[in-house]
Amino acid sequence: MRAPAPAYAADLNGETIEAATKALGPVLLRSQDRVGEVALYVAREQLVRAMTALRNTPGLEYQQLMEIAGVDYPDREERFECVYMLLSLTRNHRIQVRVTTDEVKPVPSVTGIWPVAGWLEREVYDMYGVLFEGNPDLRRILTDYGFRGYPQRKDFPLTGYVELRYSEEAKRVVYEPVQLAQDFRTFDFMSPWEGAEYILPGDEKAKLPEAKGAPSPVTADEIQKADAAKSPEAKAKQPKTTESPAQTGAGKADPDNKPEEKPRDPDVVPTPGKGQNQ
Amino acid sequence: MTDETIVHHPAPPFNSDGDPYVEQLLGEEGAADPTTGDVTIQNYTINFGPQHPAAHGVLRLVMELDGEIIDRIDPHVGLLHRGTEKLIEYKTYQQALPYMDRLDYVSPLSMEHSFVLAVEKLLDLEVPLRAQYLRVLFAELTRISNHMLNLGSHIMDVGAMTPNLWLFEIREDCLNFFERVSGARMHSNYYRVGGVHQDAPLKLLADIGDWVDTRLPRLFEDAISLVADNRIFKQRNVDIATVSREDAIRWGFSGPMIRAAGIPWDLRKSQPYDVYDRMDFDVPVGTRGDCYDRFMVRVEEVRQSARIIKQCLAEMPEGPIASLDRKVVPPKRGEMKHSMEALIHHFKLYTEGYHVPAGEVYVATESPKGEFGIYMVSDGSNKPYRCKIRPTAFSHLQAMDFMSRGHMLADTTAILGAIDIVFGECDR
Repeated sequence: MRAPAPAYAADLNGETIEAATKALGPVLLRSQDRVGEVALYVAREQLVRAMTALRNTPGLEYQQLMEIAGVDYPDREERFECVYMLLSLTRNHRIQVRVTTDEVKPVPSVTGIWPVAGWLEREVYDMYGVLFEGNPDLRRILTDYGFRGYPQRKDFPLTGYVELRYSEEAKRVVYEPVQLAQDFRTFDFMSPWEGAEYILPGDEKAKLPEAKGAPSPVTADEIQKADAAKSPEAKAKQPKTTESPAQTGAGKADPDNKPEEKPRDPDVVPTPGKGQNQ
Repeated sequence: MTDETIVHHPAPPFNSDGDPYVEQLLGEEGAADPTTGDVTIQNYTINFGPQHPAAHGVLRLVMELDGEIIDRIDPHVGLLHRGTEKLIEYKTYQQALPYMDRLDYVSPLSMEHSFVLAVEKLLDLEVPLRAQYLRVLFAELTRISNHMLNLGSHIMDVGAMTPNLWLFEIREDCLNFFERVSGARMHSNYYRVGGVHQDAPLKLLADIGDWVDTRLPRLFEDAISLVADNRIFKQRNVDIATVSREDAIRWGFSGPMIRAAGIPWDLRKSQPYDVYDRMDFDVPVGTRGDCYDRFMVRVEEVRQSARIIKQCLAEMPEGPIASLDRKVVPPKRGEMKHSMEALIHHFKLYTEGYHVPAGEVYVATESPKGEFGIYMVSDGSNKPYRCKIRPTAFSHLQAMDFMSRGHMLADTTAILGAIDIVFGECDR
């Protein structure tokens, strides 16, 4: 490793995986050693057993739980991943223990092994809605009192659904639906030659397969290729061109950029007026 | 709120022999355990904060008190939650860096340190030696400026005014150094993936050397001599909120909190990053694990930081201050004036940014408050897929409940001050 990152005993990675495979047995689903870090994928139902073994087995000795990080992968069958960062003070080694879950399947709480997990699990619950079975105090922690939704999920908009202000009439802070003064700006900085999702003007022809045989006098539109059924239809979305003022989007909102449909919330006072400062 | 009633047991059978006084006592319940007035004492709940000068930010503590004794504390955090982790997912790596300054705004450069090390680990990027020395130098200056604020406010929380003013003098010097190297006093945004933003001028390094040799020890030792052996200060701190080694491990302590409990654990020593492996410094350790130990561990850390700064200044080599990999680090202004290639790189790095290979890393550094970690998930694009920030305050504040149980209400401020909490970092 050339980067000056914290150098813990990374040479123990191999023997750690070996020892963990021996200690955990079938509970360990998969292990990996990438970018110098060991990650163990553990069966969710057996998490407490696995963690206890990781803490108590000589040769593993992960005494401290430093962090629980949730990650959301919406495409996966079990979309949430809980990553437990364990630290061994005696062996000077770190590992990640990962379990996967979804919105309804609860993860066993490790508060019995490390009391510090109480708040860490509360945070994952608050941000992702992952349930922890056995946590005695599974309340929200970082978001507002009475907050709804799980803000770190990938399908939660960055702007959120409600905004609050002090209302002079009601003499209290009121919640209102988010009104953006300008469109939410997402710029596509990806190189059109590498990661663009639309097809550049003119590029749609390049995708068609070569015609068989000599060029025929018929025009391109009339050609019925022998393998027409197999050739993929070039899906040309509207390319990003601005040839007329109507295409510039000036003065009108982009219909794709609206915040998503939001659940009705009885706390939200619908605004009577147009602006935010009525 | 639970009501706790003092249960009075009936007096044991007793033969009065007709004595009117004994008859009277026998008829009265609880004569063996006399109280004045009401016989039932209720616990009551009070609310501390969110706006309280001793809360070190926006902390709300719901405290259940039995008289003046704390029965239970329920800290409510999140009042400064700004969704930093969510925002970072929508920014390129370079754009995400200034958010780090705004986490722990008392020690901004230490937050940046974890972030750049995490991205460098994913990129497997080599960093020139001079940049590593500069980062260590300013990380230690940050540690001093952080401890100045914490030690000073801790002293003030338990009643002494003067040392805080003296310690702020030192902090002001540190902020001036940050301004001279980065242009900003607090939110420096100085570290970069691959190095630092700009080289430190020779005059600045000379001034830091002078300052460490003369001004820092004079001001600091003067101020600390007022409190370190002070009887009142000791009465307020010794044996307050003692934490055993086992508890410190179970509750995920790190930094001065775990060292005060007697565990010599310092990431700069055990898992050195940048050029910490070349530095010669000692790790102070407490013996009792109380608030006074935490205070004294930080005091000694300031002296050790001064040692590291001196070594950095003495050993720092000449050379580039950022990686020469033009796919990550933008070229300097002068180069752009005559090189088309440099201009293109500059444009691409400030619009699209650099792409980071897919992978997951957890990188933790020794921030002044403890282990500050970044769990970075990259999907190979120019924006982090997930950037989980491990704040130091989360585990320490959670332990506040068991640490303050059985102590007096007035000890809360001493305990809070010794934890060293900043809510920008705790709430993110």
